[in-house]
Amino acid sequence: MSGSILVFIEQASGEPQKSGLVALEAARQIQAKWGNGSISTLCLGAGAKGAAEAMLQYGVAKALYSEEASFSQYRAIAYEAAFLKGMESVGATVGIAAATTTGKDFLPRCGVQLDAGQASDIIAVNDDGSLRRPMYAGDVLADVEITSEKKLVTVRTSAFAAAEPTATSGTSEELNGVAVGENAGEITSFEASGGDRPELTEADIVVSGGRALQSEENFEKYIFPLADALGAAVGASRAAVDSGYAPNDWQVGQTGKIVAPNLYVAVGISGAIQHLAGMKDSKTIVAINKDPEAPIYEVADFGLVADLYEAVPELTEKVKAAKAG
Amino acid sequence: MKILVPVKRVPDYEAKIRVNSEKNGIVTDGIKWIVNPFDEIAVEEAIKIRDGGGAEEVVVVGIGPEDSVTQLRYGMAMGADRGILVKHDGYVDSDLASRVLAEVYKKGEYGLIIMGKQSIDSDANQTSQLLAERLNLPQACFASKVELSDGKAIVTREVDGGLETIAVSTPCVISTDLRLNEPRYASLPGIMKAKKKPMEELTLADLGVEDSTKVRILRMNPPAERSAGRKVEDVAALLAALQNEAKVL
Ligand SMILES: Cc1cc2nc3c(=O)[nH]c(=O)nc-3n(C[C@H](O)[C@H](O)[C@H](O)COP(=O)(O)OP(=O)(O)OC[C@H]3O[C@@H](n4cnc5c(N)ncnc54)[C@H](O)[C@@H]3O)c2cc1C
Repeated sequence: MSGSILVFIEQASGEPQKSGLVALEAARQIQAKWGNGSISTLCLGAGAKGAAEAMLQYGVAKALYSEEASFSQYRAIAYEAAFLKGMESVGATVGIAAATTTGKDFLPRCGVQLDAGQASDIIAVNDDGSLRRPMYAGDVLADVEITSEKKLVTVRTSAFAAAEPTATSGTSEELNGVAVGENAGEITSFEASGGDRPELTEADIVVSGGRALQSEENFEKYIFPLADALGAAVGASRAAVDSGYAPNDWQVGQTGKIVAPNLYVAVGISGAIQHLAGMKDSKTIVAINKDPEAPIYEVADFGLVADLYEAVPELTEKVKAAKAG
Repeated sequence: MKILVPVKRVPDYEAKIRVNSEKNGIVTDGIKWIVNPFDEIAVEEAIKIRDGGGAEEVVVVGIGPEDSVTQLRYGMAMGADRGILVKHDGYVDSDLASRVLAEVYKKGEYGLIIMGKQSIDSDANQTSQLLAERLNLPQACFASKVELSDGKAIVTREVDGGLETIAVSTPCVISTDLRLNEPRYASLPGIMKAKKKPMEELTLADLGVEDSTKVRILRMNPPAERSAGRKVEDVAALLAALQNEAKVL
């Protein structure tokens, strides 16, 4: 295959986000197997120019950007139009984005215009050029081939390392003339789940709480101090999110966020397959659960059978002491 | 207005799925089949809209072998008014599903499509977006709240970083997330009634849809098993293990 690859890079205030660098790493591996000509990138929104310039150190051929007002907030139809225009302008036959809620949302739409199939949420590029992706909450890892001429791929951000900088050789270029249809819709409000803790999908350590926390107050009282002592991001099970103990975008699992930190601490979480699908590739897993038969222990490296209301404060104090000492 | 709700037949979410010995599919013996949980949420939302006066009819549509009728009947037992089964025994990828659904949509006069954000078997999260583009409609994916007013859908979306509320014009495609509602159970009278509700059967040929796909599954592999570790005595032992063995502190 000869066409080039375009990678969508999410950026914030001129900084390329890690999810984008991960997508770029997957693009490099795909290029090596499929023989694509070159890799270019696209950044959109306020700060996109700076982010595009930052992308040049990753050896991309063209770092496309647009800071036009229509891209200042994410909207599927607008981003789709820009990505299609970007692919056309660099002669791309392959389009790649990270499987964030943005990439998952707009990339499939491009498939209709390109007559392209999409492999979603890939976790590996195989030697034979096929792509590996989980199905059935990770009970099956399928090797798939996209048979259409043009191809789209979303990348699981926990499955690849972020691309390293290489030589600078390409140029940044403004993407002009993107026609955004009237049907794009408008954002009326945004409620950030926020906080100062590390981003869940990028954190080195994650502490997650489950249904056993019983209330939002307990979640704050028991999970937050342990997370802060460890410098960790906070996650949750679906049950904890459904019950309102934690915001929606903290849900770890098959249908939430996928994480693979160095250390994952599951507190009061039973270990349903849907939860395991989001964290079982973590390097070290710790489970604190009062039920010795809980399925979480089947994946935990270290299991502590205990009442979380006693064990977690004690662990928090001991971690603090260990760090101070 | 009529609401179209795609309903997919998938293995029970509690079932442990195993790859078959040919590595080209899963072991289906003894598996219980259910309505994809996200589709159940979609059916519930559509029924609520209809019962609140926002729509006249809720139509469930499935693509698959004859057995998929069971899942359509379940949707009707929950309260959907009628069903359409597009009979197809072969493999269906997101692309083919979206082409079928687009033709079904064009044959009726629908004002809204509500569907699951992903099916828990293929986990691809594409069909709603593909369908929206094919029909040149706006989309509101990963919905945790939906309100319809004045030709608009005001939809709260579960996105990375929080909750985003968007206004899109209707008709549009809405994909459901887990927090949108709690689907009702099909009641016994509901199940009895569903048996008498109309069920239309179509084929790809009836819809003028070509039987082709764009993503081929070459083989299926079981995941590497993660071996269980060990239980530790107390908090002090846990801390020691993290420091000395895992070396994460
Ligand atoms: C379509 C679909 C998608 C899903 N997606 C996801 C997903 O992405 N992520 C996800 O997490 N789930 C998901 N689920 C839900 C999943 O099946 C489980 O229901 C959920 O993970 C359970 O959450 P939990 O472990 O917090 O609660 P429970 O299963 O109720 O477990 C609570 C645990 O806390 C322990 N406990 C109770 N009290 C204490 C105490 N005082 N001290 C210590 N331990 C205690 C109990 O022993 C128990 O093991 C999904 C389900 C479906 C159907």
